[in-house]
Amino acid sequence: MLLATTARTGDVVLVIAVFLASAVEMVEALTIVLAVGITRGWRSAFEGVAAALAALAVLVVAFGPALVHYVPLSVLRLVVGGLLLVFGLQWLRKAVLRASGLKAKHDEDAIFAEQVAELSEAPPASGRDPTAFTVAFKGVFLEGLEVVVVVITLGSTSSPSRLGLAAAAAAAAVVVVTVVGVVVHRQLSGVPENAMKMGVGLMLVSFGTFWAAEGVNVSWPGSDLAIPVLVAFYGLVVWVLVAALRRSTDEGPASGLAPTGEPAHG
Amino acid sequence: MADDRPDYRQSVTIRWLAAFGRFWWEFLIGDTPELFVGVVAVLGVLAVICLRPGLRTAAAFLAPMLVAGVLTTSVWRAVRSRSS
Repeated sequence: MLLATTARTGDVVLVIAVFLASAVEMVEALTIVLAVGITRGWRSAFEGVAAALAALAVLVVAFGPALVHYVPLSVLRLVVGGLLLVFGLQWLRKAVLRASGLKAKHDEDAIFAEQVAELSEAPPASGRDPTAFTVAFKGVFLEGLEVVVVVITLGSTSSPSRLGLAAAAAAAAVVVVTVVGVVVHRQLSGVPENAMKMGVGLMLVSFGTFWAAEGVNVSWPGSDLAIPVLVAFYGLVVWVLVAALRRSTDEGPASGLAPTGEPAHG
Repeated sequence: MADDRPDYRQSVTIRWLAAFGRFWWEFLIGDTPELFVGVVAVLGVLAVICLRPGLRTAAAFLAPMLVAGVLTTSVWRAVRSRSS
C-alpha cells in the first residue's frame, strides 16, 4: 500500500514537471513558428516544424531505451540527477531574479516582433522558402532539445522506467500549447511563463537532489515521498530569496540594487 | 555531390564534435559556472559522508541545505555583479 502510494506520488510529480517544462519550451518555439508562418508563409514553416519533430523523436528513440538498458541505475541516477540539478538551478536562479525585478521578464511579444522584423528583411522565395524552413526548424529543434533532455532524464531514472509516461506528458504539453497558441494567436505573452519556469525549476531541482543523492548512496526517509517534501523546502527557500531581494530593491538606489534592462531571452 | 576525401570527412567530424562540446558547455556551464562547480562539490561531500553507512540518512537532511546554499550563492553573485 505504502509502495503504491509513493510510486503514484512520484509519477504525479514527474508528469507535472515534464508537462510544465515542455509547455514553457513549446511557448518559446511557437512564438518563432508563428512569426515565420505569418511573415514567410505556412508551408515551409510547417515543413521545418515536421523535420525538427522527426529529428527529436529519433533522439528520444535512440538514447532513451539505450540509457535504460545499458547504464546501471545508480550511475544513471548520479549523472542524470547532477544534470537535473544544474539545469533546474539555472531555471530557478533566473526565475528568482525575474520575480524580484532584477531581470527583465521573458516578453514573447517583443521576441515575436523582433523575429517578424528580421524575417521581413530576407528576400522572398518562390516555392520552398529555405529561410522559413531553417528558422522554424532551429526554433523547434533547439527548444525541443531541452524537452528531450527532461523527458529522457526524468523518464529513464525512475524505477521501473517511466519513459513512456514522460513522453506522453511532453506530447500532451505540445498539443495543449499548440491549440492554445492557435486560439489566442499572437498573445503568448499572456502565458504566466515566469511562474511556470519557477515551478519547473523547483521540480527539476527536487528530482535532481533526490536522484543524485541516491546515486551516492544517500538513504531518503520515506523513499519517493521525500520528493514533494523537497519541492516544499525549495519553494520556501525561493520565497525567502525573492522576498529579501524585493525588499532590497524597494529600498532604492541606496541599496545598489536597481532593476536592470538585461535582455529577456532564455 | 558529397566530398568523401579523408580531410573533408575529418574536418566535418571535428566541426561536429566542437559544436557538440559547445552545446554541452553552454547547457551546463554558460554564464553560471558556480552552479556546475557547486553541484559537483555538493555531490562530492555527500559521497564522502555516505562512505559511513551510519550517516546515510543524516546526509538526506544535509543534501537540500547544501543545494539551497549553492542557489543562494549564485543569486547573491548575480545581485553583486549588477550592483557593482
